[in-house]
Amino acid sequence: MISTDGAVLPRTLAAALAVRADDPVRTVVAGGTDLMVGVNAGRLRPSSWLSLRRVPELQRIERHGSSLFVGACVTFARIERELVDTAPALAAAARTVGSVQIRNAATIGGNLSTASPAGDSLPVLACYHAEVEVASVRGTRIVPIGEFLVGPKRTDLGADELVVGVHLRRTTGEQAFAKVGPRAAMVIARCSLAARVDRTTGDAGVGIGAVAPCALAVPAAAEILASGGSVDDFVAAVVSAAAPIDDLRAPAAYRHHALAVLARRMHGWLQ
Amino acid sequence: MTTVRLQLNGEACSVEASPVTSLLAAIRQAGLTGTQGACEEGECGSCSVLLDDALVCSCLVPAAACDGARVTTVEGVVAPDLAAALAAHGAVQCGFCTPGFVVAATALLDGDEPLDHATAAHALAGNLCRCTGYQPILAAVLEVDRARRG
Repeated sequence: MISTDGAVLPRTLAAALAVRADDPVRTVVAGGTDLMVGVNAGRLRPSSWLSLRRVPELQRIERHGSSLFVGACVTFARIERELVDTAPALAAAARTVGSVQIRNAATIGGNLSTASPAGDSLPVLACYHAEVEVASVRGTRIVPIGEFLVGPKRTDLGADELVVGVHLRRTTGEQAFAKVGPRAAMVIARCSLAARVDRTTGDAGVGIGAVAPCALAVPAAAEILASGGSVDDFVAAVVSAAAPIDDLRAPAAYRHHALAVLARRMHGWLQ
Repeated sequence: MTTVRLQLNGEACSVEASPVTSLLAAIRQAGLTGTQGACEEGECGSCSVLLDDALVCSCLVPAAACDGARVTTVEGVVAPDLAAALAAHGAVQCGFCTPGFVVAATALLDGDEPLDHATAAHALAGNLCRCTGYQPILAAVLEVDRARRG
């Protein structure tokens, strides 16, 4: 079925999934901040949109005990404001996304679905060992972040599926996010790093972004953090997980160097 | 083409949009040409509008997905104190970025917390100005914030 109307704006998740199943050609849009760059440049010609901006189920932030659910259409502005205490590294990453204008529109579900290697929230989600909830008319699946992101701009999402949101465990202890770029705002990361550690429970996580085909967790580095290992071992573990490429934004050698600098600082911050 | 209904500066209005029409293009087709188009990739902020009260780049919003939305453009902003302060501080030179700054500053000045230089600079980092060097703009916005808080 080819749609000729410009956009449908379903009011429920069930209605959105029904449209997705009936008409998988429709381009799914939430904030539009990534897709419209392609449209304006003439690289992308969507025949019609499935807009998720009016679906209330996707706007939810829910806290139950030690678990946290962030709906796919929660904007980075809300994450920056509402998750400072619950998920500080994610809130810190949200604060570095684009500008006020971008953060008011861009969503975490969009960041996941776009799956840019440089997506700002993705190394944080990797460091939290987040799980992505995806749904279709066939049912709901929970996919670990490491299996959801399968390559640059490639995800495990089926043609009839939508990202519903992301499940996080609320973690204790120290956590931080850092990113390198040419200015403080409107930056696509040249490299990014998220890490967390609670030395009383031995729970830790490390995620890297923009230095590999997709954002990755680095379990070897997390283990070093949890066991109180040396800064040199931590830096070596982080850098050895990276596989950066030369592209228009930065050469691989620079990304490697900058990631090592971030790792050294991160180790200090989490002491 | 599809018909999109907007509350544009408080008035009901309909615009025709194709799937590739941005909200920026739709606003300008509706005859409101204060909202400027420049980079069309979200970098410059010259197309800033309030969409359902949130500051966004109108170039990055598909118009077709805005059916039923409230849009405030620079023409709908009533802020004589801000206009006077921008003029007094020499914050307008070529003027191309000014509508975007006025809308962004309006959203910023609606906040609860008093502004300082760093907060205002962070909040206005999505708007580029090639003339002024930003300091006159920040000085004007901070002056309005102080004056409005008495």
